[in-house]
Order: sequence, then C-alpha cells, then structure tokens
Amino acid sequence: MKWPAMGYDRAGSLDQLWSTFRAHGSSAQIIAGGQTLLAALAFRLSEPSKLIDITGIPELRGISVQGQALRLGALTLHADLCRDPLVKAHAPLLAAAAPLIAHPAIRNRGTIGGSLAYADPAAELPACIIALDATVITVSAKGERRIPASAFFTDLLQTALEPQEIIAAVEIPLTKRLGAIEEIARRSGDYAMAGLAATLHLEAGRVIKPRLVYFGVGKIPVLAAAAAKALEGRSLDRATISAAQAALAEDLDPPQDLHGPPEMKRHLARVLTERVLQGFLREKVQAA
Amino acid sequence: MIPITLTVNGEKVTRHVEPRRHLIDFLRLDLGLTGSHAGCEHGVCGACTLRVNGKIMRGCLILAASLDGADVVTIEGISESGEVADLQAAFVARNAAQCGFCTPGMVMTAAELLAEGGSPTRGEIREYLSGNYCRCTGYQAIVDAVEDTLRSRSAAP
Amino acid sequence: MNEITPASIGLSREDLPNSYIGRSVPRPNVPKLVQGRATYTDDVTLPRMLHAAFLRSPHAHARISTIDTARAKAVPGVVRVFTGHDLAKICDPWVATLDHLKGMKSAPQYPLPLNRATWQGEPIVAVIAETRAAAEDGVAALDVEFEALPAQTDMETALAPGAVVIHPELGDNLVFTRTAESGDVAAAFAAAHKIVEARFVTGRHTGVTLEARSIIADYNPADETLTVYHSTQAPHMMQGVFAKQLRMKEGDVRVICKDVGGSFGIKVHVYPDEVAVAAVARIMGRPVKFVADRFESFVSDIHARDHRIKGRLAVDAEGRVLAFDIDDLTGIGPYSVYPRTSAIEGNQVVNLCGGPYDFMNYRCTTTVVLQNKTPTCQYRAVGHPIATAVTEGLMDLAAEALDMDPVELRRRNLIRDDAYPYTSPPGMRFEGLSHHASLNKLLEMVPLDRIRADQAEARQRGVYRGIGFASFIELTNPSPFMYGIGGARISAQDGCTVRMDPDGSIVASSGVTEQGQGTEAILAQIVAHGVGVPVNRVKIITGDTQTTPYGGGTWACRGAGIGGEAALQSAIALKQQILEVAGAMLQAAPETLDITMGEITDKASGKPRMTLFELGRIVYFRGDTLPKDLQRELVQTRHFITKEYPFAFTNGIQASWVEVDAATGMVKLLEHWCVEDCGRVVNPMLVDEQVRGGIVQGIGGALYEYCIYDAEGNLLTTTLADYLVPMSAEMPEINVGHVETPTRESLLGAKGAGEAGTAGAPAAIMNAINDALRPLNARVHEQPFTPERILRALGTIA
Repeated sequence: MKWPAMGYDRAGSLDQLWSTFRAHGSSAQIIAGGQTLLAALAFRLSEPSKLIDITGIPELRGISVQGQALRLGALTLHADLCRDPLVKAHAPLLAAAAPLIAHPAIRNRGTIGGSLAYADPAAELPACIIALDATVITVSAKGERRIPASAFFTDLLQTALEPQEIIAAVEIPLTKRLGAIEEIARRSGDYAMAGLAATLHLEAGRVIKPRLVYFGVGKIPVLAAAAAKALEGRSLDRATISAAQAALAEDLDPPQDLHGPPEMKRHLARVLTERVLQGFLREKVQAA
Repeated sequence: MIPITLTVNGEKVTRHVEPRRHLIDFLRLDLGLTGSHAGCEHGVCGACTLRVNGKIMRGCLILAASLDGADVVTIEGISESGEVADLQAAFVARNAAQCGFCTPGMVMTAAELLAEGGSPTRGEIREYLSGNYCRCTGYQAIVDAVEDTLRSRSAAP
Repeated sequence: MNEITPASIGLSREDLPNSYIGRSVPRPNVPKLVQGRATYTDDVTLPRMLHAAFLRSPHAHARISTIDTARAKAVPGVVRVFTGHDLAKICDPWVATLDHLKGMKSAPQYPLPLNRATWQGEPIVAVIAETRAAAEDGVAALDVEFEALPAQTDMETALAPGAVVIHPELGDNLVFTRTAESGDVAAAFAAAHKIVEARFVTGRHTGVTLEARSIIADYNPADETLTVYHSTQAPHMMQGVFAKQLRMKEGDVRVICKDVGGSFGIKVHVYPDEVAVAAVARIMGRPVKFVADRFESFVSDIHARDHRIKGRLAVDAEGRVLAFDIDDLTGIGPYSVYPRTSAIEGNQVVNLCGGPYDFMNYRCTTTVVLQNKTPTCQYRAVGHPIATAVTEGLMDLAAEALDMDPVELRRRNLIRDDAYPYTSPPGMRFEGLSHHASLNKLLEMVPLDRIRADQAEARQRGVYRGIGFASFIELTNPSPFMYGIGGARISAQDGCTVRMDPDGSIVASSGVTEQGQGTEAILAQIVAHGVGVPVNRVKIITGDTQTTPYGGGTWACRGAGIGGEAALQSAIALKQQILEVAGAMLQAAPETLDITMGEITDKASGKPRMTLFELGRIVYFRGDTLPKDLQRELVQTRHFITKEYPFAFTNGIQASWVEVDAATGMVKLLEHWCVEDCGRVVNPMLVDEQVRGGIVQGIGGALYEYCIYDAEGNLLTTTLADYLVPMSAEMPEINVGHVETPTRESLLGAKGAGEAGTAGAPAAIMNAINDALRPLNARVHEQPFTPERILRALGTIA
C-alpha cells in the first residue's frame, strides 16, 4: 500500500499556491493535515501528479472573533476545536463534536478545512457547520467567495469548491442558541452509522429556527426541512418530538451500507431526534 | 527528491526523500529506526504512532517530505531520554505487552496522556488509547500499566 | 484440589527463591518490546535484497486469459516478473488432505495458479523489484486479461444441482463430511419433555495479526542452501514444506523466526504467496522480502468460522439433557489449506458439541464444501467457539422452555468432577476436568444476586441488561492423533536442550516458539526452577531450525504443556548431571546435594558448598582434575510427547454482563468473568492476560468482526475502517479465576490456556444479549450480533 509516485511542493503564501496551481494544472492536489487524503492515496484511489502543502500559508491559520462571527482558519486542527477557549465560548457544538472525530493522533493533525473539503457524509464537522448556519470562506486566484454551509456540500464527496479554489476559513455567527451532537457509532472514533447535529432557540418554551442536520444517512449531510417545520414555533414536548420524527420520512433517503439497510438508518435518525430533542427538553425543564 | 533537515530523537538529520515516502518508511528504511511499525498504512491501527513537534501523530499519514524543520521523537528516542521509563517499567510489571507490535505506538499514545496531566479514569484511559489496536492483550493490562504510572506520578512529590 | 507447589511436582522445596513455577515472574522479553528494540521479520534487511508484490485476482472465479508483463518490466526498479508457469518449473503443488478424515478431497494448489483464479485476492503474478513501492508500481503496470467465470459463493447451494463445481476433476464441491452418532437420538427426542431448536450462524472472520504475514527467503546457489526469515508459528514444519515443495533436502533449508507480531493460528499455514517468494529466491539466488499489506492480509490470510449450524436439544422434565442433534455446514474457500487442512474446524464442531455435559445420545454432522472465497482454516480456538455457541445457546433455550435458572440447568448436567476418566458421546476422552468446581468458583466471583436485582430495576426504566453463561471444554496438547496419523508432517513432540556455560549461565533451546504469549518466559521459569538458578541466569533460544531441537512449534495450546515439559525434563537431567559432577568434586553423594539460586548446597542444611561458577571453571578449564571416568557433559536434551490421551482437555466457564440499547441495537459490555482450568499454572499473570486477550478475540467475532462479501464473491471489508476489530474503549473489565487440575501425563501438569477465552466468550455474550432481550421477546443466534441483527430480532426493522 505504498503511495504512488508524485511530486511535492510547499506553498508559503496564497500567491505561491496560485502560481504552483498554474504550473501544474488540475492534477495537482492540495494537502493540509492529509489524514484522509493520504489514506486514500494508500488505496491508490487517486494519483495526483503533485501534492501542494498548504500548511505553511499564514492566512489559513488562526481562531478569532471578527465582528459578529467566530472565524476558524482552514488549518484549525480538530485538537484545537477540542480545547480552544473561543470555540468553547462561541461554538460549543464544535467543541463537543471534535472529540468524536477519530482518535487523538488523528485530531492532532487533521484540519477542519480538510474535513469540510473531503465532505464525507458521515463526518461530524460538515453537519455541525450546517447546523451552526456557518459560512465557508473560499479563496482562489480570482478572489474570495462566501458560501453558506448549507450550500457547500453538493454530492457524495463533492463540494461547491471550484478547481484550484481552497477553503480559507469558516465563519460561525455569534448567536446564542442551544446545540447538541449525538451519533451512533460501532466503536469510539468510528464514522457514525447515523448522527445528528442540531441547534435551536427556545423562546418561552417554543422552538425557534431549529436546524437538524443528519449525517451518515445520505450523500451529504442532510438539513431536515420537514422536521424543522414540524418543530418551528411549537412547544418542545413529546408530541412535537413525535411530529418531528414522523416528518423525517420526507427529509431522509438513506443508502444501504455495510452497517445495514436504509430502513435502519431512518430508524436510527428517529432515535437520534428523540434523544437530542429530549436533551433540549431536559435543559428547558432545568432552566425553568 | 525533496531535501529535508529535521531533528529525529534529538539528532539533526538531512536527507533527500521521495514525496511518496511516508514518515514510517523514512524512519525504518532511511534511518534504520525500526521501532515504529507499519501495521495498516492507512491510519487506523496506531502501530506507527510517534511524536511530531510535541504531539502524537500517525507516522503512516505523514509525508516525510513535509517535515523540513520538524522535531520527531520515536519510541527509540523517548526510551533513551528516560521520559517514560516509569511507564515502560509498568508495562513490564503488568505484562502489558504480548507480541509487542502495537507496544511502541501504545507507549507513545500513553505518554501523551501522561503528559497532559490530570487524573483520568480507567474509562478515559481506554478512550484515549482507543485508536491503538492490540490483538493480543485484552487491553486491561495496558490500562493497568497506564493507571499505575498515573498514580505513582501523582503520588510523587 | 490440586495444590500448585514445587514439592507437589517432585521438585526442590517450595520456599526456595528459585521456585518459579506458579509465580508471576515478569517476561524477560518485554523490555525490548516497550523500547522498540524487538526484531520482527520486516526489520531484517539483507544485502542485495529484493521485494515482492503480487497482482491478485480481481474476480472470485476467472480464467487467466493472457499475462503481458512487458509494461511492468519497464517500470523503474522492477527486476523480474514471475507467473504460475514460471514457478511450477521448480516448485511442486500441494494437496491438503488428511488420511484419517475419511473421504476427504481437495485440489492441487500451486504457489501461483496456472490457468484459473478461484478467489478474489488470490496471488496471480509476482513482481520483484528493488523496493516494495516499485514492485507495486510494476503490479499496476501488468496487463492481465481475465475471463470472469460464474462464482460459487453461497455454501448452502455448493452441493445443489447447478452449482459451479470449482475443481471439475473432484466431481463436486464436497471436501469432507462426517457424522458422529451414539445412543438412540430418535428415541431420546421422542421421549423428551421439551425440545428446543435454533439455527446458528458464526460469521466469517479473520485473525488480523498486527504484524502482517512476513517472509524473507534467501537462496545461496554456492552452497545450495535456502535461509528463510519467517514470521511463523512452526519453523520446523515450514523447513519441511520448503524442502519438499522446492525439491531440496531438509538440512539445506533453515527457517529463522525472529520476533513475531501475533499469530493466533494465522501463521501456521502454508500460503501460496510465501511459497512463491521462496521459489523466486531459489531461482534468482538473492534474498526476496514479502510483507503483506493490510489489503492483502484481508483477502489472503486464512479466514475462519464461516458456519451455519442447525441444532436441537432434548431435555427431560428434570432438565436433564437427553440428546443433541446437530447439523453443521461450512464453506472453506476453493482449496483446503495445507498441511492442516480446512476440514478440521468442522470436525472439531462434531467432536466438541455438548462437550461439558453428561448425556448419552448424540448426532452431529459436519459438511465441508468449497466456495469461491478466501480459504478458511484453523484460527484461535478452532471450532470451539462454534460448538460452544451451539451447545450453550441450546442450553439457554432449554432453561427458558423449562422455566429453570440457566445456572441450575448447567449444574444438573455438567459432568461430575469425580467422573473421570470420561468418554464423551463423540468419543473424546477426558482425563480430568473441573466443571463444577469452576462453576462454583465463578459464582464466588460474579455478584449474581446484585446483578439480578439491578437487571430487574433497570427493566423498570426500559433499560435492558442481561447475564449469560457459557461452559466450555478446550482441546490442548494434541498428540499425533490430530495430524500425524493423517500423514501430515506436523510434529506433536517437542524437544529442549539445556546446557550450563562456564560461568554458570544456563541456555535452553526449544522447538516451541514465542509469538507474544510468553513461551520464553515460562520456559525460563521452568528451566530455572528445574536446574535451581535465578531466572535471570537462563537464556532461552527459540525460532531457528538450525539451533533448536526438532519440534512442532506453538499452536493448539501446546507451548507450556509439551514444550514446557520437555524443558522441565531436560532441566532436571542437567541438574542431575551437575550434581554428579559436584558430588565427585565435593566428595559427597549427589543425592545429598541440591542447587539453590545457582549454588551447590547441602540438601539437608541448605549450607552453600560451591558456586556453579566454580563448578563451570573446573569442568570447562581444569577437566584434568576430575576423575577420568566422570561424565561431565553439562548439556542435556529431552523430548516429550503425550502418550495416554490424544488431547489434554481443559475446561472453564465464562459469564458476560451486557446492556442492550433496544432503540439502537447497540450492545455495551459491562463486565466479563472467566474461570478456566488449564492444569498447572506456570505464570498466573501471563495466563490471565492470555485469557483476557482470548476473550477479546471472542468478543470480536461475537460483536464486530465480519468478512462481508457481495453476491459475486468480492470482499467488501478490506480496510481496518470497514473490518471492525475490538478496541480498548468498548472492552469490559475482565475478571479471571483459576481452578487447577494438572494432567498426569507430565511432571509439570500444564495444559493449554491460550484458546479458552475465545472458545467461550461468543456464547456467553449471545446468552447475555438474549437474557437482556427476553422481556422484548427477541433472540439472536447469528454472529456477529450487529445493531442491524438485533433491531431485526426486535422487529424494529424488517
């Protein structure tokens, strides 16, 4: 399982990256942490002519609050998400999600940008940024684009990134809301059989702007519109939760995988819905 | 071939490497450091766990070419420095290694847990080690060894 | 109960500091393992060494139409390319059958097939290059045309009309069938108070040694010798295999086995890619290395346990077992694996079902068939987890049908501890087992009342917990009745040579091997104990056919029982010889002397008389001062083979306490217990973690590990992300207890301990899950017990 023969370049700045892209065309591939890419190369699933290492580009680093958003540079490590105080304060959902990703040695090198760009439908972070209504900031030689997270994932392992365009950062609006992530995985650190990242506001006991994003149950993370509609404006009680569960039938069309049939995924998604919303309910009861 | 200069176990090393060389093959084939093992070469088993710039990583998921200027510590280095002599003694005392193929990676992972301080429970130790596959033991002796080391370190003045 | 003391086995006083048998001595091998200083086969580099990679069949069944090697040969670094026809010129095929398995058949297997691929992953073409990476590039550049053929993947239809006959010259896909029958099964079922039945499935899984299969073969044309560095359990057997297949003399083949990164039965078989490497080295006259990568391991390491078993159990109103009636079917891939054969696993199912219980009427059939999947063969606890799951699954069903406590049902049926010798219905002879003592010991360890109360309370909250039990027997210390009588050159005896060097150091070389279980540690303990020296004065040599006595190696739990006894006998012989010499030097009768911590002592007073260092100085450098006719060879060899019983059976019982998430089908392991009786325990610490490791491997088969194929015979689980092995976070705390019933076949009294955990764990977990699910009227008998299967059993999904 040796990697194929290929070239390697380091880009120390975005300008260097664009010129390297120009020199090598579409068979060049960027690498950040490489925790997914290099495993895929071991399987020889792809054979890029050149890897361009972007870990030395300063513009892609850093965690900061800028205006009304928390900005996470694309090179932010999963391990940073676990422990960074700004993340804990402004995006606790990400702090809760990161420990679910693989294992310490992977979290020490894997990046948020890599996870989003690879767009594994069972991964936690793509679902989380949709639940957080984040914006993906991309950059290319043509300049910057701001893509809503909910529009970023387009198909299985596909994103809205153009060729020779990369993720620069993710911006998460500083909004007070409840958030939770729950997943059902065979073993700790495995990709989930099914997972749910959810955010919502509770105002006077009523659900406002719920965002339920299911992962591991489709080609992309699924923002459940029908379930959200069943929740919006309702009091968060058992009946509402049941209605949201029922509405999921419209939202989800899961594929078969090694863990089981579509029917099982749908069932697990309903279980997750119950568990996550019950969790909010408990918080609500405690708050009251 | 990419020129790199890095520190491996405290020694400065300069080499030219093919981009397709992962860190484990670089250590094993180019430097003769065979203590790090290639168990799966796709980042899952943890046998190749070692320390890069102070944090544990999977050696099979790192391009050697990307390590110009890096500080790499392998099982050989961490053994020579004595940093985990107590942990290694606990592994011996508890029979926490059988075939030993996972052991260097297991020690490197446990070393990071120890370095983080705190007083993790057995469940938290298990969780921290959950990316390191051991086929021989029932993991229990390994957890015992780590727990013993944590206890003796926290008891030390 | 048998006391484990040195005195009880006729050795020195038990209070001597060198009385090591029964003590938890740390393994001398571990420091090098924890410091990364071991030497596995892949750590060995030889001058002019080349590397092999294989093109493997992408089809489960295909004709090899053309092989064009031109592009591959042009790849930089590629040196040569070999096809099946190239290697067949100097390497003979093998057929894996055993004469005592009546009617068994299989087809000749070549290192690389000549015309046809019969499983996805079969090695077809070998590319030899300067580096492994270049060899892989060469494989990618090979142009091989396959004509896909219909594949026979389903074992249930392998013998049906219309089945694809995988080897037409065999006539059909039947490899072997055997029925054991005793008593009157039909009458017993007719008279039964209750009959329970179930269909069990054990999932095909594999060994996943963390160190993959590894080999370096080096042929020296000048002296016509082949030296093979091999990660193997059986160096002497492989020496014979390489010699025979490559038409060489055994004396010209040397197999060296350095540190082995796990084996579990995976590394005791003859693999075509490994023989191909030896053949290539023979042709090229240079060293060639092959280390399977993880992809290759999943498709080419032997698989195991692919069985479907229908079982029925008849009990009377008091809960006594009247009869077992069992039908086992297993698919073994396209070839029986050499030289142990792939019929043994099914044969073991026939031998072992019902094993712990005292009953009269038995019928069990195994049917072993070919299929186009990776070959299966012996893997840790061969057949045992299957037989135990069927037996113990049926026992729990019977307990439920009788409304009887499952522990009570077992107590009523387990063979009495004073009933030995005992011969089981399928003809297994038990010298001495301890089922009741083990059950009692287990119940001392398991807080059953607290658990039952917790279970009842949890059910009120909709939390489903269950406890399951599984008694088992385990076959260890096999005699020639296992393989030798079938014509296989697999040695059941083993030898040990112990010598004293001039400074009093003791060196022992043994035919059994070390793969991490602690073989060398227990041999050192036994030899130190036997001679009378500190354990750190003993060096153990294993794993080299040129320097160790001929032996079978380490498999079927024979290291301690066979290799340990050979070591003990040779150590005692050396001690005797040392005392003869010391007697002459000290003018004392040898029987009045002893050796304690490396010193000759007066036996009665314990007073030191002379150091071994001094004795060594005289013998080796001043032999002129000794009486002329004094025998002074300070080296002794003894070989050992069991003689009275074909196998030394062990026994034990496990309990598993689980929680099933009825909403998700996930099983959480809360705690696990095992009491096992492996006879004399040489080193309790090693045995305990061996048992735990075995249990975790059993847990793997029960909950996680599964080789999943598509309908065309393509393996879908080919990475460690898809094939799930047990990891630390999900594993329970495992409590181990011992009962000791030493075998009287040997002075040491040790039986095997390595497979007990794996034998019993899946059954205990299955019964625990079913206990948890009982209020929900759901049951599972198909392993692995995945969330999908549990949700189906619950009716949550269709």
